[in-house]
Amino acid sequence: MSESTEPILRLRGVTKSFGPVEVLKGVDFEARPGEVTALVGDNGAGKSTLVKCIGGTYQVDGGEYLFDGKPVTVNNPRDAANLGIEIVYQDLALCDNLDIVQNMFLGRETLNGRTRTLDEAEMEHQAGQALASLSVRTVKSVRQKVASLSGGQRQTVAIAKTVLWNSKVVILDEPTAALGVAQTAQVLELVRRLADQGIAVILISHNMLDVLKVSDSVAALYLGRMAAQVRTSQLNHTQIVELITAGRSGDLGLVETTKGAAA
Amino acid sequence: MSELASDSPSTVSTETSAAGTRDVVADHEAANPAVHVTALIPQTLGATLSSYVRRVRGGETGSVPAVAGAALLMVVFGIAQSSFMTTSNFVQIVQQAAPNTLLAMGLVFVLLLGEIDLSAGVVGSTAAAVAAVLSVKHGMPWYAAILGAAAFGAVSGMVLGWLRAKLNIPSFVVTLSAFIAFQGVQVLIINSKSNGIQISDQTLHNLYFGRLTPAAGWVVLVVSVVLYALVKVVQANARRRKNLANEPFSVLGLRVAAMLVFGGIFVHLMNIDQAVAWQQREGIHQRGVPWSAVIILALVVVLSFVLTKTRYGRHVFAVGGSEEAARRAGIRVLAIRISVFVICSAMAAVSGLVLAGQLGGSNTGDGGGNTLLYAVAAAVIGGTSLMGGRGRVVDAVLGGAVLAILANGVSDLIQGGNAAAYELIIDGAVLLLAAAVDSMSRRAKR
Repeated sequence: MSESTEPILRLRGVTKSFGPVEVLKGVDFEARPGEVTALVGDNGAGKSTLVKCIGGTYQVDGGEYLFDGKPVTVNNPRDAANLGIEIVYQDLALCDNLDIVQNMFLGRETLNGRTRTLDEAEMEHQAGQALASLSVRTVKSVRQKVASLSGGQRQTVAIAKTVLWNSKVVILDEPTAALGVAQTAQVLELVRRLADQGIAVILISHNMLDVLKVSDSVAALYLGRMAAQVRTSQLNHTQIVELITAGRSGDLGLVETTKGAAA
Repeated sequence: MSELASDSPSTVSTETSAAGTRDVVADHEAANPAVHVTALIPQTLGATLSSYVRRVRGGETGSVPAVAGAALLMVVFGIAQSSFMTTSNFVQIVQQAAPNTLLAMGLVFVLLLGEIDLSAGVVGSTAAAVAAVLSVKHGMPWYAAILGAAAFGAVSGMVLGWLRAKLNIPSFVVTLSAFIAFQGVQVLIINSKSNGIQISDQTLHNLYFGRLTPAAGWVVLVVSVVLYALVKVVQANARRRKNLANEPFSVLGLRVAAMLVFGGIFVHLMNIDQAVAWQQREGIHQRGVPWSAVIILALVVVLSFVLTKTRYGRHVFAVGGSEEAARRAGIRVLAIRISVFVICSAMAAVSGLVLAGQLGGSNTGDGGGNTLLYAVAAAVIGGTSLMGGRGRVVDAVLGGAVLAILANGVSDLIQGGNAAAYELIIDGAVLLLAAAVDSMSRRAKR
């Protein structure tokens, strides 16, 4: 239990509305380096909105956004990227016609100092190192076209890309949603190794087994509020499901909301 | 020009490449206990060949259909008619291929984004009309005329690209409108009762008819091959310094040898003097590599460099592969989309100039009709995909050569009143065949 590390990302009382619809109603959230923080919640609980606020796609209406202990303003995805926040979306956004190295460096290609041309050797070298640091051995060649990769391998490429760019916070949006059993295990192992590198990993998942297996803490959203953010070791499957579906479980969660929902 | 080794996917590092893919992976993992994923590059000549064969079988046909098609057509026409396998006919084929090939080279950029530019032929010939007006009516030197034409092409392309990218009108519609409208612009620019302007500038004629001296042809060949080898060696050294797998030296050697042999045969054929004896005695010669071939070579090198070695080129492929992925990677999709139309239209201007050289001037109606469609055919036959994301500049040269051989051979083979009709039917069938190969190769990869 390494509660001793300070959170690198911390949100306090974040609100976000779209017109009259209040999607986030004062959400507290934190992610610590070296840990996997699972973000769970039912459809419409506000997970995507929260992630998009963190990633700069949306701007928060109210509340505090602290990065490394300092308040920051994130107005667009570029601001978030500059802070070292990377989001791996569910649809991955890889170019099928490019190979693994080309995809990992897309938009940030390394150029040769003198000729100003693409430094393929350097990029291939770094891509290989990034994959090695995650002990990836599921891909055959770094020069394989992404079109020839399986779903798990694509996820691997998308995750390895974040290592390459020295990200501090990596948000994974349902990385195992479309994968089979073996590939899910591989990707979860990858998620763990990513955190072991000192990155704060935020894992969005609907799969409670995955959450229990890989996360250090669980943050459960319920109707735009943070029901609870608890150490995974203090939770079981039933409690997480209760937090997601009712906003509370035993002495955990939102007391007043449950009453409100019951009324 | 052969494919770069570093771009070849899913190749094999072990020498037991004949084994199935699974064994190869296992072998590779056993050979690399350090769990370091690298590029799998075959390490022997035999392994390189077998991995190439496997990729072709797997659907990545690349330039195989075009090369095989060209060879087949040469054999068929060579057997069917005695006049086909003559040096003068080869020279003609090379010259006739030039305008279409140049047009197709620019078109490759547009096709890479999955777009189409139906107006390129007309825009190119309208640009040539601008050059003719500048040269004939304003007495400007040839280079000013060429620059004027290229600028006209580039500006036209910018407008087309802007309409496509900014206003989001499908490129089919934008360029179809331009195809119609520019035919009118062409008439206005030419502005002559005879519907044409005859070019008198010798340099502009030479864009099509010009020939290098025999010695210059050899110099161009040797310099090109030496530069190619040099670049390859420098690249290999950079990879070696980073401990990356390299292509075996024998493969590079074979490539260089092939370039020297085929290039040598080409230059030798082009250098055979066609002038009859008395002309030669008078010092009149008809020999040498056509200028147009050198123009094509130079532009292939420049455009291939842009496409495969620069950040811009990488982004063109990325937008063609997945616009959304490119946008998320911070690539300015809008600018890329406009730029390919600029390149296409500027290349169309070059093509139009060479065509004007062939026709001795600029006439209304040049570049219309099927001109553009033949260029699309050339790119597709060479291996460029109509769906975007896959293509090379050399594809245009290969496809352009196939079409030129076909047009030359068929026009001599089929005589009589309906010859032109049969030619059209054959051309259409060949394009259909190429598109079928393209679509089957795409299905094989799924």
